[in-house]
Amino acid sequence: MTEVRDGSPGASATAQSGQPGGNGASAGDALLTVTGLTKHFPVMRGIIFRHAVGHVRAVDDVSFSVAPGETLGVVGESGCGKTTTARMIVRLVEPTAGRIVFEGHDVTHLRQGAMRPLRRDIQMIFQDPYSSLNPRHTVGTIVGAPFRLQKVRTEKGIKRSVQELLELVGLNPEHYNRYPHEFSGGQRQRIGIARTLALRPKLIVADEPVSALDVSIQAQVINLLSDLQGELGLTYVIIAHDLSVIRHICDRVAVMYLGNLVELADRDDLYARPRHPYTVALLSAVPSPEPVGRTADGRRERRRRIRLAGDVPSPLDPPPACRFHTRCWKAQDICKTEQPPLVERAPGHFAACHFPENS
Amino acid sequence: MTGGDSPAQGPRASGRIARLRARDRGDRRSPEPEAQATVVADQSEPSAMLDIRDLRIHFPTDDGLVKAVDGVSFTLDRGRTLGIVGESGSGKSVTSLGILGLYNRGNSQMSGKIYLDGEDLVAADQARVRELRGLKMAMIFQDPLSSMHPYYTVGNQIAEAYLIHNKVSRKAAHAHAVDLLKRVGIPQAASRVDDYPHQFSGGMRQRAMIAMALSCDPELLIADEPTTALDVTVQAQILDLVSDLQQEYGSAVIIITHDLGVVAELADDILVMYAGRMAEYGSSDDVFLHPGHPYTWGLLGSMPRLDRTRMDRLLSIRGTPPSLINVPAGCPFHPRCDYAARNNGRSENEVPALRPVSPGHLVACHLSTDEQRRIWAERDKVAS
Repeated sequence: MTEVRDGSPGASATAQSGQPGGNGASAGDALLTVTGLTKHFPVMRGIIFRHAVGHVRAVDDVSFSVAPGETLGVVGESGCGKTTTARMIVRLVEPTAGRIVFEGHDVTHLRQGAMRPLRRDIQMIFQDPYSSLNPRHTVGTIVGAPFRLQKVRTEKGIKRSVQELLELVGLNPEHYNRYPHEFSGGQRQRIGIARTLALRPKLIVADEPVSALDVSIQAQVINLLSDLQGELGLTYVIIAHDLSVIRHICDRVAVMYLGNLVELADRDDLYARPRHPYTVALLSAVPSPEPVGRTADGRRERRRRIRLAGDVPSPLDPPPACRFHTRCWKAQDICKTEQPPLVERAPGHFAACHFPENS
Repeated sequence: MTGGDSPAQGPRASGRIARLRARDRGDRRSPEPEAQATVVADQSEPSAMLDIRDLRIHFPTDDGLVKAVDGVSFTLDRGRTLGIVGESGSGKSVTSLGILGLYNRGNSQMSGKIYLDGEDLVAADQARVRELRGLKMAMIFQDPLSSMHPYYTVGNQIAEAYLIHNKVSRKAAHAHAVDLLKRVGIPQAASRVDDYPHQFSGGMRQRAMIAMALSCDPELLIADEPTTALDVTVQAQILDLVSDLQQEYGSAVIIITHDLGVVAELADDILVMYAGRMAEYGSSDDVFLHPGHPYTWGLLGSMPRLDRTRMDRLLSIRGTPPSLINVPAGCPFHPRCDYAARNNGRSENEVPALRPVSPGHLVACHLSTDEQRRIWAERDKVAS
């Protein structure tokens, strides 16, 4: 990935070096461009003499860009840094290194006050609809909070706007005065979405928006998200661990492993021809709702799948070079010594592997 | 089992007291034990290893009676796997905890029959159920972190049930725990056995949990959402493990999940539950390839699938699952059902009976079998 870091994030560099996320468009067209984004959380020891004894390398040198109106999915197992990436984009977590460019402005290190006008444009949907709504506020207060914080509507206008928003996300506007506990999980997630939409943002970062919901409710919320995108021209960055959900909603997909971006491609290309062995393994692990038969001797047939041995290594001390080499069936000596760069293997299809599949 | 009993006590030590307490409660709470006894007489002898008949588990609360499980019947033989599918609040977990006798009879009402090897567990006294629990039936819980005790080593927790049910020394039990950890694929089991749960990763904890359930070679293994808390690659490992172990031990397995993919992978038979009742019950092929209940169609349509071409919209189910206190009259699914109008002139309050649409495939729906087939064929064509 060194090439990516070296290229300056200007429009020209993007076009030449085939920077991931360029996707044919120059960085000037992109709504959001992230370059070399890195976050290391220090691990502190000591009571009086606090000192860092190590770093959790949550996100390491991640670059991508998102075009207006597009949906980018970020997928990976727990601990791969997808949530930290999302939080850095909305500036809830301060990046250790790297640049975040939104609509041509560098927002990486903006202070809270300077960030505030941008909060209208970048909003976040949270994972857990039970803990992301204040139980002591009514729905009206929760959904109306962005208006009050940004001082954009009069009190009377707020009520009307909130009711419109509730209607937009499929809730009864009369529920304005109810409290979150009176709603089911799916309805709460809709309240969270209404709050997110209040200021008509351009970019919505959704962190596992449906993973806490039941299957049938999950489908309703997924449909709602895609309807809203069509209606309001939204751009999404969606973080999820469920590969089938990601395939359903996203135009492009980024696969992360232990803080690294290992593959980035158009949805259809990624699911049909995954290049990185990790993506291949991830796809083969998804159980499909198609019954498996039994063989003649009564043993259950087994789907052919790649079994990855062991667990994801600790991000405190990630394996050197290619971080996947400890679990990879194709790993050779070079994988232990040299980090594979994220290179374009096919138009718009980037993979960071010395021995890619399907090529 | 009463809540106050500590699992460390032997079954015999607390048996008499528990029996007295149970009888005390039974007399006071259970509606009419006499009437139930007569029902048994005119029913056939259970033939399968696990035979559940008209199981009802209700909880009286201040807001009303919660009918968590309302008339569930199924059978399960050794070496077979039953998948119970449904959304949260459909009663799937309550069914499994009820089978294990984990509800305090003081605040729940249980009726129906649970025959385990011909022995009725609903009528059995608590001490007897306790003897069987761990020995003949065991459970794998959903979240291994919160279901393991953080202060005891993993080995200790695995050996506990073995010590209670077998007359062996602590040393032998410890060796047995090492053996089990090896069997479920924990590397360096001999040293990891003395680790605490927090030193294990999520996947390893779930493996340890499985080892715990297997400690006495149970004939019935109930896995409640065994992979929900795990990542997809680890989930694949655990599913393979459960499947391998079942082949090795020949036990009957009930797997409870909301993930239809997991069920398709493991189950021979599938029970779809909705609002505490059975919506559909049949072989895995029947339920996945020729589902008859609109709720099953909805579940299948709600899932984005990697093995099908991508659709622009998911065929979701409208509305939300009902409260179990005010279950809708008639078919509990009718307020969310797209086909409720086609109930063939029946009253909206008529509860559809569970009837066979083909041998061994039961569906509780007013739609005629032909209509079910036709609608499913249409939906399936749209989806693929």
